[in-house]
Amino acid sequence: MAYSPHTPADRERMLAAVGVTSVDDLFADIPAGVRASSFSVPPPLSEQEVRAELSRLAGRNRIAEVSFLGAGAYRHLVPSVVGEVIGRSEFSTAYTPYQPEVSQGTLQSIYEFQSLICELTGMEVATASHYDGATATAEAALMACRLTRRHRVAVSTAVNPQVRRVLATYCSGPGIEVVEVPADLAVGGSGLTPVEAAERVLDDGFACLVAQQPNFFGGIEPMGELADASHAVGAQFVAVVEPTSLALLAAPGTYGADIVAAEGQPLGIPLSFGGPYVGLMAARMESVRQMPGRLVGATRDAQGRRGYVLTLQAREQHIRREKAASNICTNQALCALAATAYLTSVGPAGLAEVADLSITQARHLATALETAGLAERRFSGPYFAEVALRVPDAVRRHAALAAGGTVAGLPLESEYPELHDTLLLAATELTTDADIAALVAALEGTR
Amino acid sequence: MMPDDLRYSREHEWVRVEGPIATIGITGFAADELGDIVYVELPEVGSQLKQFAGFGVVESVKAVSDLYAPISGTVTEVNDALRSGPELLNTDPFGAGWIARVELADPTEPEGLLDAAAYAELTAG
Repeated sequence: MAYSPHTPADRERMLAAVGVTSVDDLFADIPAGVRASSFSVPPPLSEQEVRAELSRLAGRNRIAEVSFLGAGAYRHLVPSVVGEVIGRSEFSTAYTPYQPEVSQGTLQSIYEFQSLICELTGMEVATASHYDGATATAEAALMACRLTRRHRVAVSTAVNPQVRRVLATYCSGPGIEVVEVPADLAVGGSGLTPVEAAERVLDDGFACLVAQQPNFFGGIEPMGELADASHAVGAQFVAVVEPTSLALLAAPGTYGADIVAAEGQPLGIPLSFGGPYVGLMAARMESVRQMPGRLVGATRDAQGRRGYVLTLQAREQHIRREKAASNICTNQALCALAATAYLTSVGPAGLAEVADLSITQARHLATALETAGLAERRFSGPYFAEVALRVPDAVRRHAALAAGGTVAGLPLESEYPELHDTLLLAATELTTDADIAALVAALEGTR
Repeated sequence: MMPDDLRYSREHEWVRVEGPIATIGITGFAADELGDIVYVELPEVGSQLKQFAGFGVVESVKAVSDLYAPISGTVTEVNDALRSGPELLNTDPFGAGWIARVELADPTEPEGLLDAAAYAELTAG
């Protein structure tokens, strides 16, 4: 079909119809200072010239030789089968299909994804996925508000600060108040969310408490007790989890989580400057009508054959308009498929091995730095595969190491002023003993 | 069939007044138009209804519709049977399919609603 752009005459008529004289008038609401003054782009290049230019730009990327950066996104081995599966032309779309029921293969893959997330979290129903862990968490909080008809949300300060900022943004529109529950960040403190702190904040005006497991500092939170504290005031308990950790830690469904949200990136999705990632969300069946986003269900057709449908669509925007459970009307189908391929290829034992190796290397890392007298643990509580370490003059030395190709985790000072001279370091199954030795040597060199 | 002893809103809800308490539901006409009803979101006991404002939701296999309060008042009771049996709205909309009981804020308010004849006329077209 030929593409027919608007003719100047078409534009004139449209502008007249809406009562403006020029296209620029349509942008009058945007302050002049932030409007682009020109769209001058370089002249066209040949394919060969473009390749050369892109190679030059790619050469400016700084690839860390050794990295201990985690803080919400983790470097894991992605088996080749993941790329093979998601590269198949039948699956290569970022979207749920517009004519879903004719795409049975796509729907089945999403159904498998939902089943895997239910199994991993111990919950009864999982969505077809969300943009990322932060939006899934924010949507979980809004869902709790709908379920309880309350308008306040409590969130631990040991939840990833970036996730909390997205939560605050999502809550600002509907006028939901977000109240922080202070984690114990004192020197030598637990680095966890004290149950008493949650109890002090929570009352029967709160829709939910949001806590993260492992928390932002890698700490193992008392999730069961935090869930009890939430339920005592009739609030929902929203558990934000790291999916590989669920191979070893208790499933949220077993400790009373009402809604589970997670960043699914560790499940077979490469680190790529923040995305595309995939948000996971799971809940109890009794809450399904307040869940946001797409849901695939299994059914039988008129001849009794198994088939898949987009189900409970009456919650969604294309039917309920402004009263929909959420404005999300798609999912991260391709990234969800990557997670499905990853979980299926590593299996339960493989995932446990990933988690186990990550923990082992995190302990090795902390011990090596402590033994060398370079760092000491900032908190006393149990930790998973990420650990906060006090390193004198952390910001300067972190920068010095980065210049040499070693990323010594994340300096926590910018997000938590009280955690000055503290680095958050992550390990995964890809962290080698040589990496750890290199970090020790590099830190020695900046003493 | 439109019971004579009820009052009706233009949004297809009915009201039965017994002393200070009004029972409310949706009409047989509304239930037929919606088709098979699969879910009812009930108001909370103790919540305040405002006449003609939304107070709940009915979901059928075809559509989702808001419930509009035909009268103002405080919800004293909801029909819990609808949680597991939303089809009661189809099978017995004026009886077992009642939705909520409300303590009237203004006893004269129902008089402003349609009577059975006027509602029958509204839905005849």
